[in-house]
Amino acid sequence: MKRLVVGAHYGLMDWLAQRVTAIFMAVYTLIMFAATLGGAASSREAWHALMANGFIRYLTFLFIISLCYHAWVGVRDIWMDYVQPAAIRVTLHVLTLFALVGYAGWAVQIIWRL
Amino acid sequence: MPPEIRKPRPKYLALHQIRLPLAGYASILHRVSGAGLFLMLPLLIWLLQLSLASSAESAAMFGAVTGNLLVKLILLGLLWAFLHHFCMGIRILLIDIQIGVEKQQAHASAVAVMVVSLILTLIFGLKLLGAY
Repeated sequence: MKRLVVGAHYGLMDWLAQRVTAIFMAVYTLIMFAATLGGAASSREAWHALMANGFIRYLTFLFIISLCYHAWVGVRDIWMDYVQPAAIRVTLHVLTLFALVGYAGWAVQIIWRL
Repeated sequence: MPPEIRKPRPKYLALHQIRLPLAGYASILHRVSGAGLFLMLPLLIWLLQLSLASSAESAAMFGAVTGNLLVKLILLGLLWAFLHHFCMGIRILLIDIQIGVEKQQAHASAVAVMVVSLILTLIFGLKLLGAY
């Protein structure tokens, strides 16, 4: 049986995840833009208060997870398109995953201790 | 297949000779902007951290970093990258649900993506650079 360690065989799930995360991030962006227009970035205190709000923190958490999943699919597609040798490609995939999982932890930690 | 009509493989494309429709460039810029945003994520998360930290040093550091001209230019580039990725993403989602698939509409929406994202970059960019 032929086994592939890399390839474009993950199908509909990643395609759908790319869209769902995109829609969520677009809505989040509009919410944050509206908050900014309402003065949420007028001072450090106002910005802190916005990001410390429970509901906004919940949305920001989802945004961070969405961003990392979305970036994973997109960056993986770039490696799949331009990097042919499987060993280099799988290394790049792993490095991308490590980076994104680390960024997610870092960003969540920033908003979670507010 | 007789050998005389077999095409030579692999085929190497002369990229500089290929003329893409505008939607093709908008599409490539979607990828470029996404890659740029990914590469600059650490900077953005660091700025988020500085903007929310309660210590006075963090506040001063945030001011110093965002006041740096090179950082301002990087942020301006990322602003365009985000806005282009955002607008092009909406175009992709609409085409996914069969809106604007026709050649003429697809061209018009590609023009709209390029123009709107540049105008928004100008509007928010002037704010970023402290013009208003």
